[in-house]
Amino acid sequence: MASSTPAAPAAPPELRHHFASLEAQKEASSLGMWIFLVTEVLFFGGMFTAYAIYRETYRHAFEGASNLLDLRLGAFNTVVLIVSSLTMALAVWASQQGRTRLLGLFLVLTMTLGTTFLVVKYFEYAHKFENHEVPGPHFVVPLDEATHQLLPRQSEMFFSLYFCMTGLHALHMIIGIGLLLWLLRKALRGDFTVRYNTPVDMVGLYWHFVDIVWIFLFPLLYLLGRHTL
Amino acid sequence: MNTPTPSSGQRVHYLNASYGVRSWLLTIDHKRIAILYLIGVTVFFAIGGIAAALIRLELLTPAGDVFQAETYNKIFTTHGVMMVFFFMIPGIPAVLGNFLVPLMIGARDLAFPRINLLSWYLYIIGGLIALWAVVHGGLDTGWTFYTPYSTVYSNGWVVVTAVGIFIAGFSSILTGLNFLVTIHTMRAPGMTWTRMPLFCWGMYAAAIIQILGTPVVAITILLVGAERLFHLGIFDPAQGGDPVLFQHLFWFYSHPAVYIMILPAMAVISELVTAFSRKPIFGYKFIAGSSIAIAVLSFLVWGHHMFVSGQSVYAGLVFSVLSFLVAIPSAIKVFNWTATLYKGSVSYQTPLLYALGFIGLFTFGGLTGLFLACLGLDIHVHDTYFIVAHFHYIMVGGTIMAYLGGLHYWWPKISGKIYPEYWSRVSAWVIFIGFNLTFFPQFIVGYLGMPRRYHAYPEEFQVLNVMSTAGASILGIGYLIPLVYFIWSMRYGQDAADNPWGATGLEWQTSSPPPTENFEDTPVVTGRPYDYLTGRGEEAAVG
Amino acid sequence: MSGHGKGHGGLGAYFAVFAALMVLTALTVWAAYQHLGIWNTPLALTIATTKAALVALIFMHLKDSPKLTAMVVGSSILFLAFLLFVTASDYLTRRWIPIYFR
Repeated sequence: MASSTPAAPAAPPELRHHFASLEAQKEASSLGMWIFLVTEVLFFGGMFTAYAIYRETYRHAFEGASNLLDLRLGAFNTVVLIVSSLTMALAVWASQQGRTRLLGLFLVLTMTLGTTFLVVKYFEYAHKFENHEVPGPHFVVPLDEATHQLLPRQSEMFFSLYFCMTGLHALHMIIGIGLLLWLLRKALRGDFTVRYNTPVDMVGLYWHFVDIVWIFLFPLLYLLGRHTL
Repeated sequence: MNTPTPSSGQRVHYLNASYGVRSWLLTIDHKRIAILYLIGVTVFFAIGGIAAALIRLELLTPAGDVFQAETYNKIFTTHGVMMVFFFMIPGIPAVLGNFLVPLMIGARDLAFPRINLLSWYLYIIGGLIALWAVVHGGLDTGWTFYTPYSTVYSNGWVVVTAVGIFIAGFSSILTGLNFLVTIHTMRAPGMTWTRMPLFCWGMYAAAIIQILGTPVVAITILLVGAERLFHLGIFDPAQGGDPVLFQHLFWFYSHPAVYIMILPAMAVISELVTAFSRKPIFGYKFIAGSSIAIAVLSFLVWGHHMFVSGQSVYAGLVFSVLSFLVAIPSAIKVFNWTATLYKGSVSYQTPLLYALGFIGLFTFGGLTGLFLACLGLDIHVHDTYFIVAHFHYIMVGGTIMAYLGGLHYWWPKISGKIYPEYWSRVSAWVIFIGFNLTFFPQFIVGYLGMPRRYHAYPEEFQVLNVMSTAGASILGIGYLIPLVYFIWSMRYGQDAADNPWGATGLEWQTSSPPPTENFEDTPVVTGRPYDYLTGRGEEAAVG
Repeated sequence: MSGHGKGHGGLGAYFAVFAALMVLTALTVWAAYQHLGIWNTPLALTIATTKAALVALIFMHLKDSPKLTAMVVGSSILFLAFLLFVTASDYLTRRWIPIYFR
């Protein structure tokens, strides 16, 4: 494993100078992305901890407030993200096969699904603003759907966490769509071959992770109070 | 960036391979990035040091007569924020770690050189944002941002400072990520985990903490900012929030953070002790294992910052027991270093003076940490100067001593020059004396009840406070002397040989300073680390 | 849900996981309306964890990745568990009264 000596064959253009081989480079990239995802687990994890503590403390308020979220939109978004995970996995597969047109198609599909998710989210947020369910000075304590009584004041805490958690998730989706656009551009330029598709793989890992976060957000935010209905 | 190469006859190395501001600001060479960090941390250390000087100035007299209370609060907050986030956390990893890790493992660079440069830019941007807040009136919450004061009642620049720290946190995460991947995937052929220098083990352990802990304080700071901007009430009791939850989330990172500060320092000490005893380090595997043990255990003790917060007594009990346990791996290291020195061929050069200072002061500060782990005693001294003295013994008497020791030891490698030995010993002694005079009296006043973070204090504490301020002045001078002679040495210092200390380690197998690509040919490792006895060890096919 | 054996091994697995994820989503919505007492939450979390595991193992190729990757993932879960459970242990034991005060 010598560094570049005069007689060695020309290194592939994707190989960065400090790596011994494309294999080593791919291994390092993959480990790096997984470690980054670890930081994301802990990043979201802080909010999940806050959620867990307050949910136990204000159980009734949280259950009632959760029922005010639109379950159909939440479930629809969950399906959208699952399909987008499939199309992302297929995009990675296509890049491994060197099939650029198929790769481009799946990237576009994934982006479209991601954008759909964000559009739905926008409508959900807008609805909250209209109903004065946004925490802060304009918050109005809503009515419990089941009993039509006023919910406890701490329902505001549920909405604080709802906006922070889904907001951070949405921000990650936006970044993900940006990364997909970048991938699309590179793909159309022919940068990805059977031998080298690492960026597609890495963005795929990121995208799947963002899906996993939603997989936990959906039941915790949308479903926790349904059994009281 | 392809500026003229130096005139013929002069060897090309990483410092003169290219010239011009752009070649530095757009570099991806880990060694140049280390120098960029060196400049950055020195500047922020100076700012934090000025804040410290102002604190000590106020505390010369019992009355709060120099600054108003709110201004004083802003000064100690500036001191804490600058020192913790912009000097101590980046410090040794970003300067010495960046420079040495690839060299020590026989690699040409870190795994992600461009991310390394991004790390530096994030650090500088975060620091400038925090500095903007300081200049425009500052923050008065303390570096700990406790709620609901920080989220509701404070009049300082909470959100701006929080943004600065958040961005710097990303820098820390990316540095840790880079080190972990590099150490896992880029070690030279033959360098197994147990042949790796202990310096790298220490960087690895600190990187684990950076990856797992920093994101939690990042989200906490974001929530504080969101609460302040949007009146969310997550940590505000008036809206159903729990300030103690903030403390849990904050200290989950901030306790392991202090191990981000000390593990790299211990890593340096391991190298210094073995090099200047000319003996293999005693208990290599124990030191390596202790580093990992500290990294893991450090995440389980954060509640010892919260004994008086209202957390449950039972949780406090568990945190107390675990805090005693976390001292054990540190003690193991101290025993191993001592055993290394024992019957070694010890030469008392400046780096070893700093290492010996570290061992003494860190042990002393660590023992006082055991006092604080004891729940009942901590309740008595919480929020007094006893705490302040404890952590300064570790951070200044420990980490900063190790940083200076490492800087001296590797200076010939970094700059290709030798620093003046006489002045380096003078400053080591000035620093040691100044440090003890500053902080030992603080143990006493703290135990006697002087609270921290107050600009006034009862008259009976004045004598000890005057001693402390006198010590701080001496300490400040002690820090200025190396600044002067290091810069002096770059121009007028004697040229350094490849291995001026006769030490083992791959970094000494290449020239001083190293070429940009670190090694002419990839080294191959065949022997044990620190092989002073047989003289066999790493071989490098050096051109 | 078509496309099994579309030409390359592994594709079938993607579609199978997709189908499983859809079924589990429907299941978790249905289960949310059932009166299971204290078991509602653990059930929802179990289903979510299963979905996450499928995404990680198959879509993210964790199953075919080096052991180190699995350790990295495991460490994140372990330390998140530290954060969650140790913090929760404070709140859960707040009202416990030490025996000598009773």
